[in-house]
Amino acid sequence: MADGNGYKVVGTRPIRHDGVDKVTGRAKYGADLNFPDMLFGKILRSPHAHAKIVSIDVSRALAHPGVKDIVTSKDLPILSENILAEDKVFYKGHAIVGLAAVDVHTAEEALSLIDIEYEVLPAVTDVAKAIREDSVVLHQSLTTNTLGEKTGKPTNISSHVRHQNGDVEAGFAEADVVVERTFTTQTVHQGYIEPITATAKYNPDGELTVWTSTQGAFNVRQQVAGILDCPASKVRVVPLEIGGGFGGKTTVYVAPVAALLAMRTGQIVKVTMTRDEVFEGTGPAPATLIRLKMGATKDGRITAADTDLFYEGGAYPGSAVGAGANCMFAAYKIPNLMIDGFDVVVNKPSSHAYRAPGAPNSSFAAECVIDEICQKLDLDPLEFRMINGAKEGDRNPIGPRHGKIGYLETVEAAQTHDHYQVEVGNGKLRGRGVASGYWGNGAGRSSVNLTVNQDGTIMLLEGSTDIGGTRASIAMQAAEVLGIAAEDVRPAVVDTNSIGETGVTGGSRTTHATGLVAIRAAESVIEQMKEKLADHWEVNLNQVDFADGTFLNSDNQISFKEAARICSPVVGSVTESTTGAGGAFGTHVVDVEVDEDTGKVEVLRYTAVQDVGTAIHPSYAEGQIQGGAVQGIGWALSEEYVYDQKGQMVNASFLDYRMPTSYDTPMVDTVMVEVPNPGHPFGVRGVGEVPLVPPLAAIANAVSRAIGVRMTHLPMNPGSVLKALNKI
Amino acid sequence: MSRKVHVQTQINGENVEFLCEPRQSMLEVLRNELDLTGAKEGCNNGNCGACTIIVEGRPVNSCCMLGVEAEGKEIQTIEGVATPEGLHPLQQKFLEHAALQCGICTPGFIMNAKVLLETNPNPTEEEVRFWLAGNLCRCTGYDKIIRAVLDTTETTGVSTNG
Amino acid sequence: MAIVAIPSLMRDLTQGKAEVVIQGSTLRELVENIEAQFPGVKDRLCHEDANGVRISPYIGVYVDGALVEKGMRSPIGDSSEVHFLPAISGGSES
Repeated sequence: MADGNGYKVVGTRPIRHDGVDKVTGRAKYGADLNFPDMLFGKILRSPHAHAKIVSIDVSRALAHPGVKDIVTSKDLPILSENILAEDKVFYKGHAIVGLAAVDVHTAEEALSLIDIEYEVLPAVTDVAKAIREDSVVLHQSLTTNTLGEKTGKPTNISSHVRHQNGDVEAGFAEADVVVERTFTTQTVHQGYIEPITATAKYNPDGELTVWTSTQGAFNVRQQVAGILDCPASKVRVVPLEIGGGFGGKTTVYVAPVAALLAMRTGQIVKVTMTRDEVFEGTGPAPATLIRLKMGATKDGRITAADTDLFYEGGAYPGSAVGAGANCMFAAYKIPNLMIDGFDVVVNKPSSHAYRAPGAPNSSFAAECVIDEICQKLDLDPLEFRMINGAKEGDRNPIGPRHGKIGYLETVEAAQTHDHYQVEVGNGKLRGRGVASGYWGNGAGRSSVNLTVNQDGTIMLLEGSTDIGGTRASIAMQAAEVLGIAAEDVRPAVVDTNSIGETGVTGGSRTTHATGLVAIRAAESVIEQMKEKLADHWEVNLNQVDFADGTFLNSDNQISFKEAARICSPVVGSVTESTTGAGGAFGTHVVDVEVDEDTGKVEVLRYTAVQDVGTAIHPSYAEGQIQGGAVQGIGWALSEEYVYDQKGQMVNASFLDYRMPTSYDTPMVDTVMVEVPNPGHPFGVRGVGEVPLVPPLAAIANAVSRAIGVRMTHLPMNPGSVLKALNKI
Repeated sequence: MSRKVHVQTQINGENVEFLCEPRQSMLEVLRNELDLTGAKEGCNNGNCGACTIIVEGRPVNSCCMLGVEAEGKEIQTIEGVATPEGLHPLQQKFLEHAALQCGICTPGFIMNAKVLLETNPNPTEEEVRFWLAGNLCRCTGYDKIIRAVLDTTETTGVSTNG
Repeated sequence: MAIVAIPSLMRDLTQGKAEVVIQGSTLRELVENIEAQFPGVKDRLCHEDANGVRISPYIGVYVDGALVEKGMRSPIGDSSEVHFLPAISGGSES
């Protein structure tokens, strides 16, 4: 692949630079730092889904031997209700009190000695109920924001977005087939294996250090400094290795509490969540209720789509319904469209980003209805996508035109793949499903600092935390420009005092944006070295060239390594708010077998096709696609927050919240289509989020075709499949 | 706080003594008392496998073992898998196959896979998937992990389909 | 002159027009010129804080298919197409 593109480093598969530390257990993750005399923090959380806090008495806990300090929302310089609740709790697991003790067991004992009197309120944990006129209202001050206009009436609907083009009624009149369905998805969690953790140190001169695992150290700094009301220059955030994030670690939960306890006790304080706290006290992805009506002509042309999207924001407004609406039909040309999207608060944890936030939910509805239309028209579902699919210059039905995109290329690659050519059935309940998906990808702020060592190797400092191999993908881009080996660039993720501002490792932006900045920094290095070599060779600057890793003029030719010794010192430092992220599409094909006695769905074969622009390190790009597909298998078949009548989550453990294991999954074949993104010198598109968009519908379509019943509710666990089969 | 207990054990070939409270898990002892932080806490109730260590040749979730149970036992942790001569073949294959993304589950997978290959040097894909089902990975979708383990069996001189 | 797509929920201010053609070389000029023609639009698109009047954080502005990065100074081309869409919330940084 590297050869085909004319690249030397891009497209190769070097061993990642941080790999040895990670396979030997030496890499330090968020909870791996220990200090002498370190205190352990714990957080008391609400046992109720909705309640007023009448009183908090911490005197018994404070008197417990080994307890050093206790804080509540009153101790926060700036109130932040999701860090420590003020006078009301809005979900089970809502943080109320933080304490620090000499060890974790003493801290846990002390939690049970805190006396809180609650006035329990009725709770609403279901979006369908929360939007009714007679629903419990969470926030009396909340009114619906309709593009800047407020209704002034208390409600659980915090915002309403609408996209409209053409005339949907005329579109449906023109259709030969119209399908209307209502879909529901449940609350799901990112499921990162490393719990949320932060360790804080405060010095008497006001210097605060926070060690944590985060997708964005600068975001942590901003949030901690904001809540503690101190200047950013006094807060140093050190990003340790991060054990998964998927969007879930783009905000803070325990870091401000650890910092506050450290300030007050003068000791280092570590706060680490337990797994049940992670489920109940962090931000999962929203449950959704989606109604969709779609029409098409006999020859397979979509004429209209009309949809209502209800997304649960959780305790506070802010679900990803906007992104859900933007991505829902991005793959298609739809002349008549109406999307109404609503963000709805319910008594569940405040929802947060999870890999392509909002898009899997809405695409589940869109791609399932399309599949049903194909069945009714007896059309091949990939052929239907070729007819309606968007290419460069077509509009995303919500408005903007697509730039260079590779959607149809993914459909073609799926059509011609061996998987799609062979039959699925052998008499059992088997089915094949396909679905496509889109994510817009992000760019934004990134910073890179390249130091040229005298031996021609490079130290690369970056602000982007590395969740899945981006040290390698960024170092490789610098190496490509410098004409040296990937191994000769040593990347390091550094703290907020040591590099320019950098956005989160999220929005699938890192390999694009930080990579682009690394390219600019490398180009700066080359320019500086040319200037120095011009002096060295006593020629004009314009007589010095650089090509294929070699500096040359008419009389001289030296390698980058030789030049490094002559030119020392050289540092290339670039910070930039980047643009040019290219949106990307994927198309997935999946075969399932349904056990008609138990209702269990087995995934037999999975193929994921995606336009990756240009794969910098193909192994890690494939890995993103495989990981996203398997998270999608979990979302489709087994994962959900289960609530009881009182709004209590009853399955807050990895045993009961069923994420896929190695035994539940097949190999995931990946096909990387490369339609280079013109917004990046090497053509990179974000890769990480797209692969979680198609799987929900692809699997639902496969199950629906296998059992002959249209599946509209996730997860499709054995119980719901048996219900669909009328067996229970 | 209860009285601490004196424990003598062997970790990664070295005789080790430590003091721990009876309520402390082996994982807590490794991480907080001995500063061996390669074993990770993902769930603290035996569901994720990130804390897997090898006790007397068997894979154990160290979060579900008490520190005092280490008395007289022979224990291996991820820190003892590589030698001064280099990485263990499994570690090398995990790197070559890009079988890790964030890497938090990697120590647990390597420890458990190591026991698998010691007890069954010739596993099928099905056997590898079954054996490793107690180790959760949220990043990779398992594909590259399974390939890395299967490829290790080949490089150690055994075919995968025996 | 740029073509500006009017968000559906604002068409009450533009006599139902889904698209208007407006002069403006920067986003700020464009917004001021829409406001001059259709009073009330600015109030819905913008909010005022310590830094002055800016596009609301809940709205993303797309010029020729790309999200703008230079705020009110973002350049608008002679035949640009401008869309005001709900900002992507949920943690995706753009």
